[in-house]
Amino acid sequence: MAIALRRFMNKSNKSPFDEMLLDGNAVRSIYQSYSSWLKDNPYQQLESKRAEAELLFRRVGITFNVYGETAGSERLIPFDIVPRILDAKEWKLLSDGAIQRVKALNMFLHDIYHKKEIIQSGKVPASILRNSQYRPEMHGVDVPNEIYAHIAGVDLVRTGENQFYVLEDNLRTPSGVSYMLENRKMMMRLFPELFRRYSIAPMEHYPQVLLNNLRAVAQPGVQEPTVVLLTPGAYNSAYFEHAFIAQQMGVELVEGQDLFVRSNAVYMRTTEGPKRVDVIYRRIDDDFIDPLTFRPDSLLGVPGLLNVYRNGGVTLANAVGTGVADDKATYIHVPEMIRFYLGEEPILSNVPTYELSKPDDLKYVLEHLAELVVKEVQGSGGYGMLVGPSSSKKEVEEFRLRILANPSNYIAQPTLALSTCPTLVENGIAPRHVDLRPFVLSGKTVSLVPGALCRVALKEGSLVVNSSQGGGTKDTWVLK
Amino acid sequence: MLSRTADHLYWMARYIERAENVARVLDVAYNMSLVQAPGQTEASLWEPALSIAGNEEVYREKYGETSATGVIKYLTMDEDNPSSIYSALQSARENARAVRVAMSSETWENINALWLEFAQFFGVDLSVGRLREFCDWVKSRSHLFRGVSFGTMLRDDAFRFIRLGTFIERADNTARLLDVKYHLLIPKVETGEALDYYEWGAVLRSVSSFEAYQKIYRDSIVPSRVAELLILRDDMPRSLHACFDEITVILDHLSGRHDNECRRLAGELHARLHYGKMSDIFAQSLHEFLEEFIERNNFLGVEIQRTFLNAHGA
Repeated sequence: MAIALRRFMNKSNKSPFDEMLLDGNAVRSIYQSYSSWLKDNPYQQLESKRAEAELLFRRVGITFNVYGETAGSERLIPFDIVPRILDAKEWKLLSDGAIQRVKALNMFLHDIYHKKEIIQSGKVPASILRNSQYRPEMHGVDVPNEIYAHIAGVDLVRTGENQFYVLEDNLRTPSGVSYMLENRKMMMRLFPELFRRYSIAPMEHYPQVLLNNLRAVAQPGVQEPTVVLLTPGAYNSAYFEHAFIAQQMGVELVEGQDLFVRSNAVYMRTTEGPKRVDVIYRRIDDDFIDPLTFRPDSLLGVPGLLNVYRNGGVTLANAVGTGVADDKATYIHVPEMIRFYLGEEPILSNVPTYELSKPDDLKYVLEHLAELVVKEVQGSGGYGMLVGPSSSKKEVEEFRLRILANPSNYIAQPTLALSTCPTLVENGIAPRHVDLRPFVLSGKTVSLVPGALCRVALKEGSLVVNSSQGGGTKDTWVLK
Repeated sequence: MLSRTADHLYWMARYIERAENVARVLDVAYNMSLVQAPGQTEASLWEPALSIAGNEEVYREKYGETSATGVIKYLTMDEDNPSSIYSALQSARENARAVRVAMSSETWENINALWLEFAQFFGVDLSVGRLREFCDWVKSRSHLFRGVSFGTMLRDDAFRFIRLGTFIERADNTARLLDVKYHLLIPKVETGEALDYYEWGAVLRSVSSFEAYQKIYRDSIVPSRVAELLILRDDMPRSLHACFDEITVILDHLSGRHDNECRRLAGELHARLHYGKMSDIFAQSLHEFLEEFIERNNFLGVEIQRTFLNAHGA
C-alpha cells in the first residue's frame, strides 16, 4: 500500500471537525438515526459484535502476511464497527472531483508519453521527464482507449463541513478495495437493523464494473477477451485481496510462472495446454514485471512481457509508467492539468504545497519550519520527513540544514487537522482521525461505485491511518 | 485450468489424506499397545507405524530407539518430518491458500478453520493420553474436508484434481499398511486365533473396515480375507480396487479425447484389481504384489505430475 504522509497535526487548539458531532455536541443530521441506535446498544454488546467480526474475518482468512513469521500468525487489519456516513451531496462532490482528477491524470499520462504538449505550454516543467518513475520505454506506445490508470485510489481528507483535500493519487497498484467490500458484507451481517434504518447505496457490484472496464481495454479486434489477475503470490501482503478480486470477477489468478510469451502474445499454462491472455490486471510493480527490461533479479514477472505489451499484444492494467503521475513532485501540477486538458476548474483542492526549488517558497518555509510538514520529493512511508509541530527545536534545526543542502529535493505543506469519526475503542466510543480512499475505475467509462475504503488511526490523537502503523478500517455508507 | 492451480489442489488433497492416514496408523498402534500381548515389546508395537510412514533414518538420527513417545512425537508434531501430521496439514493449508479461489469458499474456509483449530494441540504432549482425541480430530477434519468439497464444489476439473489426489494417496496408504502388517505378522501367522483377531482386527480398524468385515464374512478374522477386502473388493471405500475405480474415471474425464500414459497405467492397474484373483495374488506372494502395486501407483503419480501439473507449453 502506498503510504503517504498522514501525520498532519492539529495546529490550533480547536477540536478537529467530527463526522458525527458538531461543536456544540449536536449530532449532525445524517448521524441522528445512528446516534439514537447507539444509545440503545450498550458498550458490551458492541464489543461482542466487534469480537464476532474478528472471528469471522479470521475464519474467512482475510488476513495479511507479515514476512518472516510462521504460517499461523497472519494478522488482521482491525475493523471498526462504527460506519463513516456521507450524504448524497457530499458524495457527489467527492465522486465528481475524483473522476475529474483521474480523467485529467490519464490525459496527462498519454500526453507525456506522446507529444508532451503540457510541457511545451510551460504548465508543467520538463524536469518531470527526469523523474525516476518516468518510463522512456513507454514513449510513443499507444494503449487502448488512452487509459493508463484503470484503477486509481484517490486519498481524501476532510478538515471541515465543506473542506476536502486530495492527499495523493495512487495510480500504480492501489490496494484496499477488498476491505471496502468485505467491511460492507460484515456490517450487513452484524447490524441488519441499521440497514433498514438507512437507505445506503449498494457498491457490491464493484468487481463487475472492474471486469467490464478491463474487458473494454483489450486490444482492438479481440472478441472474447481473457482477463487474468497477476499476483506476486501467496506470500505477498495483499494476497487475500488479489485472490478475492479474481474470484469475484471470475478470472484466473496467475503468478509470473504461469505466463509465458510467444510470438508477440502472452499465454498461460493450463492443464489443457497454452491459453492466450488479453488483459492482465497486474498487482506487481513496474520494476518487477519483466526481468528482461526492468529488474533482472525479479522472479515475479514474465520475461518478454514488456515487448509484447509495447507491440500491442496484450493490455496491462494499470499501464506501465503511471508512477510519474502520482509522484509528489507531480501532485502539485494536477490542478493545472485539470485546467489544461479539461478546461475546467478543479472540484477538489490540493493541499497547498510549497516547492522548495522556488526561492519565494523556500524563504517562507524556512521562516515557518516549526508549523509545517516537509517531505522528500521521492520519499514515501513517512521517511525523510519533518512534522514541524511535533518536532523538537533540535530536530527542526537539523532538518533545516538538510533542506539547505538540496532545497529542490523537498516540498512542504501546512499541517491539516484531519476530521474524526466516532470509533469503538477500549472503553467505549471515542473520536479518531480518518481518511477516505474511493476507487475510480476507467476503461469503457470513468466511474466509481458509491463507497470507499475508510481508514482510521486507532491510537488517540494519532493521524497515522495506515495498517502497518496500527490503523484500522471502517465501512463507508453513502446515503441515497 | 492453470497447471499450477491443479497442482496445488491435487497436493492439498494428498496432504490431507496423508494426515488422516498417519492418524489412523497411530490410533491403531496406540490401541494395540493397550492390549499388549505376551512377547510384544514397546518397540515391536510402534515399529510398524514408523515403517508405514517411511523416513525411518531421520527418526533414528533424532530419537534413537523406537519408543512410544518418540514415534508419537515424530509422526504428529515433528516439523522436521515431512510426513508428520503437522507437516502434512501445514502443506495442505499452504497449497489451499495459494489457490483459495479455485475451490468453493466453504471448502477453503474449512481448511483454514482446520489450521486455526490445529493450534490447540501445539505444545501439548500427545503421548500422555490425548493421542486418541488428536487422531479423532484429524480424521474428522479430513472427513469434513471431503464432505464439504463433495457437497459444495462444481463438478469441474478443480474438483477432479482434488479427488485424484485423495485416491492416489489413499491407494498408496492402504497398500503400505497391508504390506507392513503382513510382512511383520508373517512369522506369527500360526500363532493362534486370538492374536490374529487383535492384529488383523487392528489393520481393519485402521481403515475403518472392521464392521464391514464382520458384515461381509460373518466369520473369524483371517489374513487372506482381510487382504481380499482391502485389495479386491470394490465396495470397500479404502480398498485398492475402489480407489482405482475412481482414479480411472477421473483420468478419463481429465484427458478428454486424448490418449496418454496416465490413462494406460491406471487402466492396467485397474484391470488387475478388477479381474484379479486372491489365490493368484497369494501364489505370487502378497508382499511382492503390494510392493509392485506401490511402485506402479507411484509411477502413475509421476506421470500425472508430468502430464497435467507441471507447467508446460513454453
